[in-house]
Amino acid sequence: MIKYQKTKGLTDKNTHYCPGCTHGILHKLVAEVLEELNVLDNTVGVASVGCSVYAYDYFNCDMQQAAHGRACAVATGIKRTLPDRVVFTYQGDGDLASIGIGETIHAANRGENITVIFANNAIYGMTGGQMAPTSLQGQKTTTSLSGRDYFTQGYPIRVSEMLSQLQGPSYIERVSLTTPLQIRKAKAAIKKAFMYQLEGKGFSMIEVLSSCPVNWGVTPQEALKWIDDTMTKVYPLGVFKDVNHE
Amino acid sequence: MAKQLLKGNHAIALAAIEAGVDAFFGYPITPQNEVPEYLSYLLPEHGKVFLQAESEVAAINMVYGASGAGKRVMTSSSSVGIALKQEGISYIAGAELPCLIVSVMRGGPGLGGIQPSQQDYFQATRGGGNGDYRVIVFAPESIQETIDYIKEGFDIADLYRNPVMILIDGLIGQMMESVELGRPIKKRVLPPKDFATIGTKYHQGRRVVNSLYLNPQSLEEHNLQMKAKYEIVTKNEVRYEMINMEHPDYVIVAYGSSARICRSAIESLKPLGINVGMIRPISLWPFPKQAFKLIPSSAKGILVVEMSQGQMIDDVEIANQGRLPIAFYGRSGGIVIDPDEVKDAILNFGKLVQHD
Repeated sequence: MIKYQKTKGLTDKNTHYCPGCTHGILHKLVAEVLEELNVLDNTVGVASVGCSVYAYDYFNCDMQQAAHGRACAVATGIKRTLPDRVVFTYQGDGDLASIGIGETIHAANRGENITVIFANNAIYGMTGGQMAPTSLQGQKTTTSLSGRDYFTQGYPIRVSEMLSQLQGPSYIERVSLTTPLQIRKAKAAIKKAFMYQLEGKGFSMIEVLSSCPVNWGVTPQEALKWIDDTMTKVYPLGVFKDVNHE
Repeated sequence: MAKQLLKGNHAIALAAIEAGVDAFFGYPITPQNEVPEYLSYLLPEHGKVFLQAESEVAAINMVYGASGAGKRVMTSSSSVGIALKQEGISYIAGAELPCLIVSVMRGGPGLGGIQPSQQDYFQATRGGGNGDYRVIVFAPESIQETIDYIKEGFDIADLYRNPVMILIDGLIGQMMESVELGRPIKKRVLPPKDFATIGTKYHQGRRVVNSLYLNPQSLEEHNLQMKAKYEIVTKNEVRYEMINMEHPDYVIVAYGSSARICRSAIESLKPLGINVGMIRPISLWPFPKQAFKLIPSSAKGILVVEMSQGQMIDDVEIANQGRLPIAFYGRSGGIVIDPDEVKDAILNFGKLVQHD
């Protein structure tokens, strides 16, 4: 009896992600959800710029690759003209919270009926570990060598909290992938977000605290511990918006 | 279909509907605001999509998404807004997606002004986006021609999977003329949109809309394939008009509103015994270089007239290949050229000749 099979939601292409990075787990969860909801062949995904730029090679559905930060605008163009398709974006924190914050806020505010998967690892991974708007106080990056200083470099943007103030979004939750329990919770959250889209409820976003051991300069285990001990203090897990409970 | 009196910006909206546009994404900017204003109610009436984006940047990326989904899509904007769209135009060209962009030029640089100009010839034909790509640019001189090129522009965009720009100025947008919306355009067999990401249940295999080629060999192959496509465009889509070119003493080169003004100047010079012809480029890219080979030997020189301080003159110099002296007359910043100024420029041709 088969106990486990690779999801049909992923292609057979080997990913380029670094050892210990949680993008792989997150890809799998999104792909499993699309398969379980039986919408894989009716879905158009949007890859962004950053580590997830090659997401268009990994998700086994039709995909578009968007300019840096513009994934929510590209997704809007697709969803508005093909309203009966499932449309999602997969973006990192540099893409979504920095250069693309405008497109993200306005897609959320319009209640665009899309799902945003937001991997927040508090750093620019693809370009080699520069400071992100989500980096924490004191976090050492290649552009904040002595640690991010809030006084000169600003504060971490809490995207989930910010977007939950808008009337457009239907569901916003922040999850992590540090333990099997958290991974199960993350999958349930992702599924809920896509179900809300299928029910036409409007914009949904799952912010996923993601690890970057290579650019954080720690082991994969230490990276997960840092998410649990430090990141979740600034980025608490939980549901920030749910139109079903308002 | 009967003729009707239409304002340029209204005609643009109606021509797009006539051409079967599925969606419009744009952002307010003077002097093209009537285009989205008309479309904001016309498109929903036709069961199509209108969306006012949060910025020009978002609007052009919405165009990318919708075009990638196989739809007939357009945006319109003006100088400052087109500047913001350049990144998206490069991506659309790179991903080989069709779309129609209406650019209504105003004075620049920077915030410039809101009066008509032709100061965005470089922006339209050279672009500010990165990489080896071209935008097919048509510059009509009347509202009827604008209507015809909007309708044909959608087909040309689909045929070559490339952005097409309709480049006009505030004059054409704001004036009214008697026009016909339903004039037939050239019939083309358009390729199926087999690139469109519409969900794998609707087609074989998996489709990806993309402009990323990290492997240098693959990227160069992509560049060469696009170059081959642009060579076909250059062969098939050059448009120009030759006016009074039998035995000209001088030849004016002007496009759009300037060309119309020059028509009056040409008439006013005839009683003085000065015969002036005109090459009116309609496609600015590809530029009608071949027209310059047809200039009769009677011509003593070329006068380039633009509502700018000299942009198209670069292409005229390339096309002229050093054969005839070239003079320039231009006004800018929103000042519209008077026919008498063009007349004076011809009378003082020698003083206006450009020297390197």
